[in-house]
Amino acid sequence: MKPTYKTEPLRCWAKAKEIRQDYYKNYALAHEKGGLRWAGGAWSFDAIPAGLGDDVYPLTGEPYAAAIAWDKEFALQCHEAVEKAGYARDLCSYMRNYWGSIILNKYVFGGEFPKPDFIWQDHICCSHAKWYQVVRDLEGKDIPMYCLDVSVGPYEELTDNRLEYVVGQMHDGIAWLEKVTGRRFDDEKLIRAVSNHCRSTALWAEVCALNKAIPAPLDEKTMYSLYVLGTLQKSSGIVADFTEELRDEVKDRVARGIAAVPNERCRVMSDTQPPWAFLKIFRYLEQYGCVSVGSLYTFGLIGQWEVKADGTWGARTTPEQQGIVIRDRDQALRILADWELKKPEWQHFYSPQAKSEMMIRIAKEWTLDGVLLHYNRGCEGLSLGIAENRLAMIKAGYPVIVFEGNMGDEREFDEIQTLKRIDAFMESLGFEKDSR
Amino acid sequence: MMDSFKEWYEGRHQYAREWKKRTGKKVLGYFCTYVPEEILIAADVLPVRILGSHEPQDVTEPHIFGMFCPFCRDCLAQGLQGRYEYLDGIMISQSCLHIRQAYTSWKLHVPVEFSYYLPMPHHLQSRRALPYLTGELEAFKKAVEEWTGTTITEEGLNRGIEVMNRSRRLTRALYELRRRPDPPVTGLESMRVVAASQMVDKREYNEALQETIDRLPERAGRDGSRVRLMMLGSENDDVAFVGMVESLGAIFVIDDHCTGSRYFWNEVLTDRKPMESIAARYVDRVPCPTKDWPERKRIEHIRQLAKDWNVQGAIVVQQKFCDPHEIDIPAIIKALKQDGVPAQVLEIDVTVPVGQFKTRIEAFLEILKQEDLF
Repeated sequence: MKPTYKTEPLRCWAKAKEIRQDYYKNYALAHEKGGLRWAGGAWSFDAIPAGLGDDVYPLTGEPYAAAIAWDKEFALQCHEAVEKAGYARDLCSYMRNYWGSIILNKYVFGGEFPKPDFIWQDHICCSHAKWYQVVRDLEGKDIPMYCLDVSVGPYEELTDNRLEYVVGQMHDGIAWLEKVTGRRFDDEKLIRAVSNHCRSTALWAEVCALNKAIPAPLDEKTMYSLYVLGTLQKSSGIVADFTEELRDEVKDRVARGIAAVPNERCRVMSDTQPPWAFLKIFRYLEQYGCVSVGSLYTFGLIGQWEVKADGTWGARTTPEQQGIVIRDRDQALRILADWELKKPEWQHFYSPQAKSEMMIRIAKEWTLDGVLLHYNRGCEGLSLGIAENRLAMIKAGYPVIVFEGNMGDEREFDEIQTLKRIDAFMESLGFEKDSR
Repeated sequence: MMDSFKEWYEGRHQYAREWKKRTGKKVLGYFCTYVPEEILIAADVLPVRILGSHEPQDVTEPHIFGMFCPFCRDCLAQGLQGRYEYLDGIMISQSCLHIRQAYTSWKLHVPVEFSYYLPMPHHLQSRRALPYLTGELEAFKKAVEEWTGTTITEEGLNRGIEVMNRSRRLTRALYELRRRPDPPVTGLESMRVVAASQMVDKREYNEALQETIDRLPERAGRDGSRVRLMMLGSENDDVAFVGMVESLGAIFVIDDHCTGSRYFWNEVLTDRKPMESIAARYVDRVPCPTKDWPERKRIEHIRQLAKDWNVQGAIVVQQKFCDPHEIDIPAIIKALKQDGVPAQVLEIDVTVPVGQFKTRIEAFLEILKQEDLF
């Protein structure tokens, strides 16, 4: 079938790859530059350690583990090493990839695994703090660890008491950072990082909102390589600036009718992290003219949203856009806590309904034909309530396909069965494969 | 002597229905032992812990993805099957993601007049946890007052604290008796006692347990030659499993799980205002692994229990898919090994493979006996 729309590669693609490569390289080589390394999660408040200086480099666990997952052979070595050490194989697969990399002393980007100088983590699911407890078991108890608890309930029920608990831990965390690093904390750097954090996450939402356009300017497989920067270091100026450049390019694609998938005639969304070693399922969908335009995961893990005056979802207005000038540490921390607690891919930790409502909104506003739910055995947190989401989507009138897998452990993903399910789903929606 | 606890445990629903009829008061089902029962007792509400029935079921698959623990699915099944139809309310105190789903799906599909999510902090080792939880308990108290139409006074809170503390003291006294070389009570009996305490009016429980404890020292020991075991894990009220192990020449003398000692170990210390005292108890209690960080405090507690109760071996009863407990297992085994306490890990489901487990336990007991010999 002849393509309906024009397509072209993203101009900023190479830059995204370069930023990611530099990130992992900077972490590994931090000590050579006299800098510090910290390890933590993609949900950690990375704007806070930024106050220690520009030579303090993070390694966020989830995207690092996803990078391992992509390397099937190494991922398997990691899993087997972890199992040999006595850990269960049904634990979070990101965590197991990460631990395996330590046990094997192999950095997936080359060389030995770079030991962090300190751990700066957020406890979002049952495993997040425990993850780094084990890192200390494996790498040495001498690694100082600080972990913030953000489990204060859904944003719509946020009270002063709840916000205070998070902000209080942040203040204590800064005192702790000064103590364990011997460095003086710079509030100006914190304020700049908080501003970047809000900017990059609001800009990412803008990028995702542009995908409401038909044809979609981006497909989800491509979006994974772009949103990841926000999981690495959303508070960095480099990431914020890049996301702005990306937003401008995607806006231009929409204006010119440039499609991610030139034969687009079916639009779906996915859910949770994909099986990273099998992103080709998204390419397989394209044979049916089907584009996955995103998911609550790609939109709301990093992106910050709000309901606009016309009732639709758009990027959250940043403090800067509201004319707020951040003047001191406490104000910066309050803004940061409030900002992050509103993250869409956090509300479902308290209510499957909240997630279903957001998914139904996406299905309507992004004009979807169906939903692909990845029942992800690798992540308890993002699979939370997924069965209720399935029921809610069906009730709302959206066809749903479920496939079971694991974001980081390919042993739990059945590729052939998944492709067969996709065939059946596409046929049930009335779409046929393009003839070659 | 122990019959009333067995009857309560097995007839939990009948008890609650009769209690409600007798008192005209409300019954609230709760999902985690971090729920501050003191406040509910102050409002004359009967808190009952929602537990599973250890029966295969086919009603939760559409609601909870199969990779979540069998316990949370078993609990939800009870609600979907209408076995807790007498509940006026449900609540959860934030703990693991698994049981949270039982609560959220119950709330969606089994309507009750009151539901409450208490965001119990996880960072208990932070100085911020106590003031935060105190504030949350005040908010919870207000919600209970609105629900029940009563005012919870300071006197009421003190009454709730006293009832709960007495229950804790008595249950701990029962556990103290198990230190004896010839414990007068088995692990199976103790498990039923603790589980019953989570299901019945604590005042009745306290009277029954007081009477039992008064009489227990005269009871003949349960044979001092049996291998002394401890049981570790998350929720476990699998009485069939415990009975099977104890039929093989072993006896459970101590445990650390939340239908066991972790539920009642710590009392509320009344050295400050009632609400803050209650909060302090839940912050300082023996932690669930999901709240046991950055330092692992629970392991030191387990080691101390093993020493004080003269334990020869540990059975780690791992609820399938329970990540927080699973993560701690290698560290627990290592710590116990250092203390000369071998451990056997068994992964449990709603029902357990008794035959397989029996073989494994027999082998474990043989190893322990050989160690005694050589």
